[in-house]
Amino acid sequence: METLEQIKNRAQLAARGARIEIVVNPGPSQQSSLLIDNEYAVAVAKFLRDDPALRLDFCSNATGVDWLDRKIKKTVKVKTVVDGVEKEIDQTTEEAVSGYLEAVYHLYSMTLKHGPLIIRMRTANRTDGARLPSLTPIWRSAELQEREIFDLYGIHFEGHPDLRRILMWDEFVDHPMRKDYREPDDYEWEPTPHDDVLEKAKQHYTPRPQLDGAENIVAGGDSLNG
Amino acid sequence: MSEGIDEGLRRELQRQGVWVTSMQELYNWGRKNSIWPLQFGLACCAIEMIATAASRYDIARFGGEIFRPSPRQADLMIVAGTVTKKMAPQIVRLYNQMPDPKYVISMGACAISGGPFKQGYNVLKGIDRYIPVDVYIPGCPPRPEALLHAFMELQRKIDSQKLSGADKAEFLKPEQPSEFPVPAFGEHDLQPPANPDVYHPPKLERV
Repeated sequence: METLEQIKNRAQLAARGARIEIVVNPGPSQQSSLLIDNEYAVAVAKFLRDDPALRLDFCSNATGVDWLDRKIKKTVKVKTVVDGVEKEIDQTTEEAVSGYLEAVYHLYSMTLKHGPLIIRMRTANRTDGARLPSLTPIWRSAELQEREIFDLYGIHFEGHPDLRRILMWDEFVDHPMRKDYREPDDYEWEPTPHDDVLEKAKQHYTPRPQLDGAENIVAGGDSLNG
Repeated sequence: MSEGIDEGLRRELQRQGVWVTSMQELYNWGRKNSIWPLQFGLACCAIEMIATAASRYDIARFGGEIFRPSPRQADLMIVAGTVTKKMAPQIVRLYNQMPDPKYVISMGACAISGGPFKQGYNVLKGIDRYIPVDVYIPGCPPRPEALLHAFMELQRKIDSQKLSGADKAEFLKPEQPSEFPVPAFGEHDLQPPANPDVYHPPKLERV
């Protein structure tokens, strides 16, 4: 398969106006991916599927990622003149990135036996703008997986033929795989709690003001020998 | 009633070829040796349940091999596996459709308490939150021997149930419920999260 750079350039030629970025993966897997602009995503996906050199006809996996609001710290060495002497000083800048949701697709070619090519799409934000174009018209195998992303992350796929919840029940309102999901509190019976579970179980403990002191009923750091 | 017969006289009669028994003994003997389980499995515990029914462990030796595909014909519900919150109403509904007397074996860590998925958002933390359980089997999954043991425990329980008197079996008391409310799908969890008439979590004693 061509390099990511070549694929990106050819895709941009095929779908005029599309903005494609390469998201570098610095980890040991080195699996860098293409970040595709939502407006031209379907056109780019069509190119990836139909191009004779690529023929990425199989979408093996589609999944979601939740990115909360975060700050990226960058340290840059800056040369400054201090008391007439030139010195190198580390300058740290913080860049605030607002949160978004991401859909990641892993593409393979069954005809040419190559892959994977990883493409990503990002939503505008995590609330009202959590919308992406559906790639189900291009790869049929994405249908159920996009429904799963919709169910667990809350990304609305526009153009999806049947966008409903798939794992949770229809009456459910939350998106459990989001990082700020709060699960229902049913920790009333925890025989061996520890760490987070201990904190949740403590909310259900009967108060012992004579032992813990009235102010430490819930947050008491006592051991549990029940 | 067997309590009314002198045990020595009974043995003496038996030696002479006269078998004296009671309605209760006969009834319970028949019940305990023909327990028909409801045929369904939820997760990997079901594979162990299938192994128990197959030739090597052979639950037929205890009269439990007739797995019924309909709750109307079943005496025993083996909750074999993870009960997800989406599945829980269906389990309760199936239980309600079974005729009395009916028994429940909660098989494996998940059916008892949620098991390894206890802290998850999607798994019910034990089927005993909605229906009464007779025998619990720990294990992940329990071996077929453990299921056979639970089956024998259940037979022992059935054998000891009385048909009359104040301490007669629960299913013979008209005031005891044999159906339980089916939980509804709520916005964040099942509604209610547990049936307080059935579910009595043990009180933790902190020292």
